Amino acid sequence: MSFHPASAPDFLPREQMNALQLDRLQKVAQRAYTKVELFRDRMRGFDGVHSLPEIADLPFTTKSDLRDTYPFGLFASPIEQVVRLHASSGTTGKPIVVAYTKEDLDVWTNVMVRAFAACGLTRGDIIQNAYGYGLFTGGLGAHYGAEALGATVIPISGGNTERQIMVLKDFNVTAICCTPSYFLHLLERAGEMGVNIADLPLRAGIFGAEPWTDSMRARIQVSGGIRAYDIYGLTEIIGPGVAIECEAQDGLHIFEDHFYPEIIDPDTGQPLPEGAEGELVLTTLSKQAMPLLRYRTRDITALIPGPCRCGRTLRRMRRIGRRSDDMLIVRGVNVFPSQIETALLAVEGTLPHYQIVLTRDKGLDQMEVLVEVTSEVFSDKVGALEGLHDRLAAALEHTLGIRAHVRLVGPQTIQRSEGKAKRVFDRRNLA
Amino acid sequence: MKIHQLSLFLENKPGQVIDPCRVLSDAGIDVRTLSLADTAQFGILRLIVSDWTSAAALLEKAGYAVNVTEVVALEVPDRPGGLFELMELLVASGINIEYMYAFPFGRGDRAVLIFRFDHPDAAIERLQAAGINMVGAVDVYSRVS
Repeated sequence: MSFHPASAPDFLPREQMNALQLDRLQKVAQRAYTKVELFRDRMRGFDGVHSLPEIADLPFTTKSDLRDTYPFGLFASPIEQVVRLHASSGTTGKPIVVAYTKEDLDVWTNVMVRAFAACGLTRGDIIQNAYGYGLFTGGLGAHYGAEALGATVIPISGGNTERQIMVLKDFNVTAICCTPSYFLHLLERAGEMGVNIADLPLRAGIFGAEPWTDSMRARIQVSGGIRAYDIYGLTEIIGPGVAIECEAQDGLHIFEDHFYPEIIDPDTGQPLPEGAEGELVLTTLSKQAMPLLRYRTRDITALIPGPCRCGRTLRRMRRIGRRSDDMLIVRGVNVFPSQIETALLAVEGTLPHYQIVLTRDKGLDQMEVLVEVTSEVFSDKVGALEGLHDRLAAALEHTLGIRAHVRLVGPQTIQRSEGKAKRVFDRRNLA
Repeated sequence: MKIHQLSLFLENKPGQVIDPCRVLSDAGIDVRTLSLADTAQFGILRLIVSDWTSAAALLEKAGYAVNVTEVVALEVPDRPGGLFELMELLVASGINIEYMYAFPFGRGDRAVLIFRFDHPDAAIERLQAAGINMVGAVDVYSRVS
């Protein structure tokens, strides 16, 4: 088996990796402390990091830090050196903004090359990139990685399912990048169009941007006739390419020469021993434009002890199963129930009882928001009630960036629970 | 001149109309007439009842979103062209109808209709000026005959 030259750091002996990490950690901590006000305030008296375990003395960074410093407050590089901005949805309607220098983009491309290589892709592969191109990191991140790998990239972006299937078939595509739920949708739609994807040259899918399960993987692999790989990343850290499954499909290798992982107890913030399940915390070891120290991802996972069958020495994490906050990922978009509350409140003036129901229809996530009609907003006129419905739907779409179905329901019909209200019913993985 | 109509929000699913009927039945409240508006999403049940204040309180207590609206009951001659003549007059007076429905019984040779106007007071003024006979609240709530 041959390896891509860019993958060399994947096989570094542990001592060399640790030395590299410590060197980069010292530099990035110094950079954050010197260049960014928020870190300077939090790291008073900082006198360097002298060993890897000392990372635990550095302060955490959270999503609200990015929101509070919107848009450019965490940049460590002058804007003249920033060559790209991306953004993703935040909790209150304002997005979070991330910046890249030329060097940052090179790192991003490097980890994406290594990610594709770990899934067995190489020059000669034809990669259909169905991640959305734009402010979302998925499209461009996968695009430049696939190009640098030497593969042929089809920058089709998201949507237009029938055209996706036509291209998949006519262009002899060998690998596809998209969300796992969108691929299930493609499988279903292809079946309706009389196309059996398992009969096509397609052999690999690089699926990410939303949580999925092993049973989904099994379905995708069997009905698609492909190998389905989980890719992990988040906008705050770099985008896709933080971690990738290899052909062993036994955990995701973290590109830890650039992203230093810790697992902490989400309640106490204390580091947990290797193998324990907790919240993933990442430090960007080489980021120039926007270094983040100990960023709390809110994703719950565990580091897997021991070597991987593929020979990579990069540590592995288990597939993300859940989060320590209430964020939902719907069609690859981050959704917080608080955003839904903001939208309902804006329309009605007071917050009605509501419930979020997530289902999967033909492989595609569907979000329905049930809203109780109160005497205050109820009218005897059909048009007025339809208007209320449409205003709620428009406010939700505006706030969330994706369409939600609104259903008006009678008062007292949404179940009240004792204590914390159960607002979200996620029925996507029942199939 | 104005009549109080109750409207209830109903979800568009089987069995939704029976429960409010039970609430009114248990309280001995008589339904004079009703209309059911429905869309693919929901329904609105509009009721004229013998005792609207008690009915509204009972229905709200039973968990319904209740809306009280003022409507107008008009008499029209119960013969071909009777409704048409009234409509011509409404159009000529610039009165807009939100919706309307009929009583199941009339008053001698005259039928009685419920009208929801967008501006009930202005409508009443113009109807009175035009000599249209309006049915009073007492008559409507008790028995028109």
